[in-house]
Amino acid sequence: MYSRAYKTIVSAPPLLWVGLFLLLPYALMFAHSFWAVEDGVLVHHWNLDNYEKLLTNPLYAEVLFRTLRIAGSVMLCSLLLGYPLAYYLSFHSGGRKELLYQLVIVPLWVSYLVRGYAWKTILGSEGVLNGFLQYAHITHEPVSFLLYSPFAVILMLTHIYTPFVFLPIYASLEHIPRPLVEASHDLGANSFSTFFRVILPLSMPGLLAGATFAFVLSLGDFLAPLLVGGSSGTMIANIVQTLFGAVYDWPLGAAISVSILLLTLSLLFFTQRLEKRWSFK
Amino acid sequence: MSSAAIPQAPLAGADAPLLEVRAVAKRFGAREVLKNISVNIAAGEFLTLLGESGSGKTTLLRLIAGFEEPTTGEIWMSSERLDTLPPHQRRVNTVFQNYALFPHLSVRDNVAYGLRVQGAPKKEIPSRVNEALAMVKMTEFAGARPSLLSGGQQQRVALARALVNRPQLLLLDEPLSALDANLRKQMQGELKALQREIGITFLFVTHDQEEAMALSDRIALVRDGALEQVASPREIYARPATAYTAQFIGQTNLLRGEIQRSIATCGVLRWPVEEPDGPVLFSLRPETIRLCADGKRQTHEVKFRGVVRQQIYGGSSELLEVDSGDGQLLRVRLPACGPLAGELDFVFSIADAIRVLD
Repeated sequence: MYSRAYKTIVSAPPLLWVGLFLLLPYALMFAHSFWAVEDGVLVHHWNLDNYEKLLTNPLYAEVLFRTLRIAGSVMLCSLLLGYPLAYYLSFHSGGRKELLYQLVIVPLWVSYLVRGYAWKTILGSEGVLNGFLQYAHITHEPVSFLLYSPFAVILMLTHIYTPFVFLPIYASLEHIPRPLVEASHDLGANSFSTFFRVILPLSMPGLLAGATFAFVLSLGDFLAPLLVGGSSGTMIANIVQTLFGAVYDWPLGAAISVSILLLTLSLLFFTQRLEKRWSFK
Repeated sequence: MSSAAIPQAPLAGADAPLLEVRAVAKRFGAREVLKNISVNIAAGEFLTLLGESGSGKTTLLRLIAGFEEPTTGEIWMSSERLDTLPPHQRRVNTVFQNYALFPHLSVRDNVAYGLRVQGAPKKEIPSRVNEALAMVKMTEFAGARPSLLSGGQQQRVALARALVNRPQLLLLDEPLSALDANLRKQMQGELKALQREIGITFLFVTHDQEEAMALSDRIALVRDGALEQVASPREIYARPATAYTAQFIGQTNLLRGEIQRSIATCGVLRWPVEEPDGPVLFSLRPETIRLCADGKRQTHEVKFRGVVRQQIYGGSSELLEVDSGDGQLLRVRLPACGPLAGELDFVFSIADAIRVLD
């Protein structure tokens, strides 16, 4: 057993860190969301106006829905890419497993910004993709919807978050005891029903974790829309950024942040419950 | 079993076997795990593949189940080629070593799995599942998740899950090895009774010779990927073909010696034989040697004088280590008789010295 003094000394730094840099800022943000700005000055005047603005001004709802749609699409696309990849690696890659695994991980070492700019050079009107399309005589003019659109944001975020989706799915597939798969075949199930009746249900915890990663991380992203989103690809985090910066309306920005935080927390709570339901240890 | 119109079936007689393993070999890279194995299993038989770990017995089972493909050779079942079918099309079911129950399904759904994936009529499924669960006395656990069951209970569910599909052949891969000794004995009895009752052919894999003796109609002893001997438990014990078999199944004394002019000489022991001259190896079971209280022997017996070096009390019997004079130690099993010491006379019947191959 450890002494009380030892426990206190060991746990104090992380608690202090969490309190100072996490809980305190959250409390401040929470408080700000009930304050107001009058004549360009922040006043500690408690009110619910910020939340009322969020509900009544259709702009915020529109951007929020677009953000949810983009985050949902990124989640779906990265699942559609990440799951088959993880499945192939775990069950059918044979001796190439290690190499392929490393190849999936490598992009994680490349800076987010570098990858963002790379997509700009690929998708732009003078970009690699348009150059190819014209060279191959598929189009005669640069295709403009590629860059500065929700499509570009979804593409870039999918590219960035697919490894994050891949990893937990791969881990949960690797944990499925192979005799279970053999038992399924032995009992008369072909590969198709074995996948849907045994492998998919047993990889649900990884799938849920991956989906949550992709959705939550996309929900709060502001760099991808900034780099490749244009005005039609603006997301809720960009609004918050503008409110805290150029517009100088911290209370409204804080109110949006609190709403997003609550949304994310309830989502995490929900998926955690689901993950528990689907884990069988 | 009928033996109608089997193309190239040299082994099929009037009573065609259920399963024929024909000259099967299996290589993993450079490692030869099975070397040219041929064995038949009759319908309704309980055949045990007995061998040390790494001998290849589980590989043979996996070839029959379809999880591995033979490198050469063929496997036939009921006059149909089996080794070219994928596992899900074989009328063979397996009880896995660690049961491999689906953790996300209840006991009932585990047992129903085979019927569902094979599209059995919906109405039929519940009654067949209940029947299978009743057979292994697990009806009251139908709604439970496998993780809540003890090892013995999981074992029963695994058995029910396999048997509900009414396979022609049931493969059992060391199914009792994870159980403790008492439960193991009990399950052995139940398994044997169940096999007699339902009449399904069992192919059982184990490394435990006692288990093999207790359960099997025939034992196939596997050694380094080849069959050492295939025979009934009584025969394989009484008439081991090789020194390896004699030592693996039960205990024995191996006597090395010479035959010269119809006399076998192993150390101080000599007896007449009707075999040609040359070096020879005999297996002599410890329990075939007796005390010779009056010092007289019959004509068909060999007598020797030995010093008791060690005596181990085993409840109903005593195990002695006897020095027969020239440093050769013989193990002797006697009915419990109290402490023994000093020089004593022993006899054994010549017929009990079984000539074995090295």
